[in-house]
Amino acid sequence: MFDQLDALLLARIQFAFTVSFHFFFPAFSIGLASYLAVLEGLWLKTGKQVYLDLFKYWLKIFAIAFAMGVVSGIVMSYQFGTNWSVFSDVAGPVIGPLMAYEVLTAFFLEAGFLGVMLFGMNKVGRKLHYTATLMVALGTFVSAFWILSVNSWMQTPVGHIIGENGQLLPGGSWWDIVFNPSFPYRLVHTVMAAYLTTAFVVGGVGAWHLLKERKDGTANPHARKMFSMAMWMAAIVTPAQIFAGDLHGLNTLEHQPAKVMAMEGHFDSHPEGAPLILFGIPDSEEKTVKYAIEIPKASSLILKHDLNAPMDGLDTIPDDEEPPVGMVFWSFRIMVGIGFAMLGIGLWSLYGRARKRLYDMPWLHRAAVLMAPSGFAAVLAGWITTEVGRQPYVIYGLLRTADAASPLDAPAVAASLLAFIIVYFTVFGIGVWYILRLMSKTPHSGEPDAMEGDSGPIRTAGITPGPTQNPGHDEPLPAHKEDV
Amino acid sequence: MDLTVIWAFIIAFAVFAYVVMDGFDLGIGILFPTVRVGQGRDRAMNSIAPVWDGNETWLVLGGGGLFAAFPLAYAVILPATYPLIIAMLLGLVFRGVAFEYRWRDPGHRAFWDAAFFGGSLVAAMAQGMTLGALLQGIEVVDRSYAGSWFDWLTPYTLLCGLGVVAGYALLGSTWLIWKLDGGAQKHARYLALRAAIATIVLMGAVSLYNIFLNAEYADRWLTAPEIYFAAPVPILTGLVALSMIQAIRKERNSKPFWLAIALFFAGTLGLGVTMWPYVVPPGVTIWDAAAPESSQIFMLVGVAITMPLIIGYTAWAYWVFRGKVDDEGYH
Repeated sequence: MFDQLDALLLARIQFAFTVSFHFFFPAFSIGLASYLAVLEGLWLKTGKQVYLDLFKYWLKIFAIAFAMGVVSGIVMSYQFGTNWSVFSDVAGPVIGPLMAYEVLTAFFLEAGFLGVMLFGMNKVGRKLHYTATLMVALGTFVSAFWILSVNSWMQTPVGHIIGENGQLLPGGSWWDIVFNPSFPYRLVHTVMAAYLTTAFVVGGVGAWHLLKERKDGTANPHARKMFSMAMWMAAIVTPAQIFAGDLHGLNTLEHQPAKVMAMEGHFDSHPEGAPLILFGIPDSEEKTVKYAIEIPKASSLILKHDLNAPMDGLDTIPDDEEPPVGMVFWSFRIMVGIGFAMLGIGLWSLYGRARKRLYDMPWLHRAAVLMAPSGFAAVLAGWITTEVGRQPYVIYGLLRTADAASPLDAPAVAASLLAFIIVYFTVFGIGVWYILRLMSKTPHSGEPDAMEGDSGPIRTAGITPGPTQNPGHDEPLPAHKEDV
Repeated sequence: MDLTVIWAFIIAFAVFAYVVMDGFDLGIGILFPTVRVGQGRDRAMNSIAPVWDGNETWLVLGGGGLFAAFPLAYAVILPATYPLIIAMLLGLVFRGVAFEYRWRDPGHRAFWDAAFFGGSLVAAMAQGMTLGALLQGIEVVDRSYAGSWFDWLTPYTLLCGLGVVAGYALLGSTWLIWKLDGGAQKHARYLALRAAIATIVLMGAVSLYNIFLNAEYADRWLTAPEIYFAAPVPILTGLVALSMIQAIRKERNSKPFWLAIALFFAGTLGLGVTMWPYVVPPGVTIWDAAAPESSQIFMLVGVAITMPLIIGYTAWAYWVFRGKVDDEGYH
């Protein structure tokens, strides 16, 4: 009923599904952890209540996103073995240690300090609590460092030798392996993407409450503050990200030219300068881009900085080494399109700021609400570009995806895939719904703490442990606890 | 000193740390339906909310460490126990999100409490059955799993699964004795005594089954000279079990929990005696599966530097939330 190909395809779909779902959470929590650290730092520095309120407002959202990231991440750490056992055996000696370092230096750091960050505000002094927040933020970054090193090594493998039993073994310098050629570019591009993703979520939530403010007619300093902070990020980080993305593209051209050919839709070689295809419909059967709208020689200008530079096309690549063109071509355009839309929002906000009307521009606010989830779409599109673009290899040039899977039968993989789809959509769908519900609440002075339910505080929130406190009373939180 | 042996001990330590630390979290999940709705459940949950994530990280270290230090074992064991691993992962998804969701949605708290229970039970059972599947032996040909798809489902693996469920319930209930007071503590004592008896009976049953399961295991436990090394393990286990039951009966505060950990330690020693030097019985030794020396050294440096720090700040986090859980809870 099923043949090998089906089991392989199902395993690929399962990995793509679980990793895409998983990455939404770190893409958000890497940026949010840093944002929380900034908010708490500003509160400690200025003593302004608004920063503490925003910290507590976003901390509740962070707690849910982080929990979803943890549980979907554990799935990833086991899926290499369950579904890609040949890959695990072959690549384990090289990438296994990098992933072990991720656990040792990042996961423990995040998890160890998360409890204090979420629940420890009244248990430890301010500075210690701030240290916990910083450690969690640092942990999210260190985690990104190692996992992107692993991913980059799979894209641009160096520093290995091939063992007698077919395993890839570390060949000498671990420095070369960790800092492989595409790693610095991928790290910068991905971390900035996470910051932008978070900034646009924060900006969108701020804008949503500014629109409500407009309706209510009362100024909301919390919404203004978060919108303003997010728009600074949009205005400053987006141009930097576009620049970093360009450098990353040039790096890919050097190391994985076939991926760039697919991104550009260059089926044919162009000895006298390649056109930039803006839009069109790639047809892999006929090896052409139909209805192409193109700018002559612009691709050569962007990629080689020379109008007449010759560019190879997919006609120079053997058919069985070509990535699927359509998916790479489209996902790349979606990512770039969103990037420029983000830039537009950033510039628009600068214009508003210069005219001192940032909080009084309903169309900017509406656009920001619309753009709130755009970071997730861009991140996903970017990952599709780079992961589909390196096919048919899982370790570029060394191990084909088709040769990497576990010896599982199709029904087993089909069953697990179905279970993942049902559980992820249900559980994470509900989690996202809870997050949206928290976001729809107007941020206000005296934000409640993390573990209080939506129907008012479940437990009381005094400074001193008081055995006689009455659960369910509605006293707002004290602003802070004095250092001890 | 043989690096492979060092790594075998590091992985064993990570697995032991996981089993004990997430064991009491999962155990509380398994016992959750018997805990009174309302304040009782809130307190039980709050006693682990700040630490569960750190506890679960040891599972990632166990898996990730196995991948890094013994890639062949990782590449064989996981496909061989595929349905169990998937079930465990999905179980952990449900119980992990329940920590947050039950506070966010009081209207559906009963549902998330049930998810917390179901997820914990499934994860514990799957972990125990995976251990059983490993102990009963995995068929390997050409560096790849070569058994059939239901090898993991036998009376023996089911027995191991139940043993782990009972053991986790023991850890969870003794933790609750330590962290709760009043009627809730009394209830925890009631549970602990029953979980202790179930754990001891199932540990004994699995140990006996081992001897019939595999001639090599039997040799190891029953013939000289191995018996001189092996015999102290069951004797130690028995002594620990008795003093633990005493401690529960005498209404001691933290002692039952520490003795439950000691019981797990004795069990782990027994497991070590049984399996050594195989990482995938009956054919793959730790040396067959080991990563090359360069990988082992590179990681050992990381472990040597980070492990004392990890243990330090984890201990600090536990210290911050020390003492009985009170109504003020954690904010």
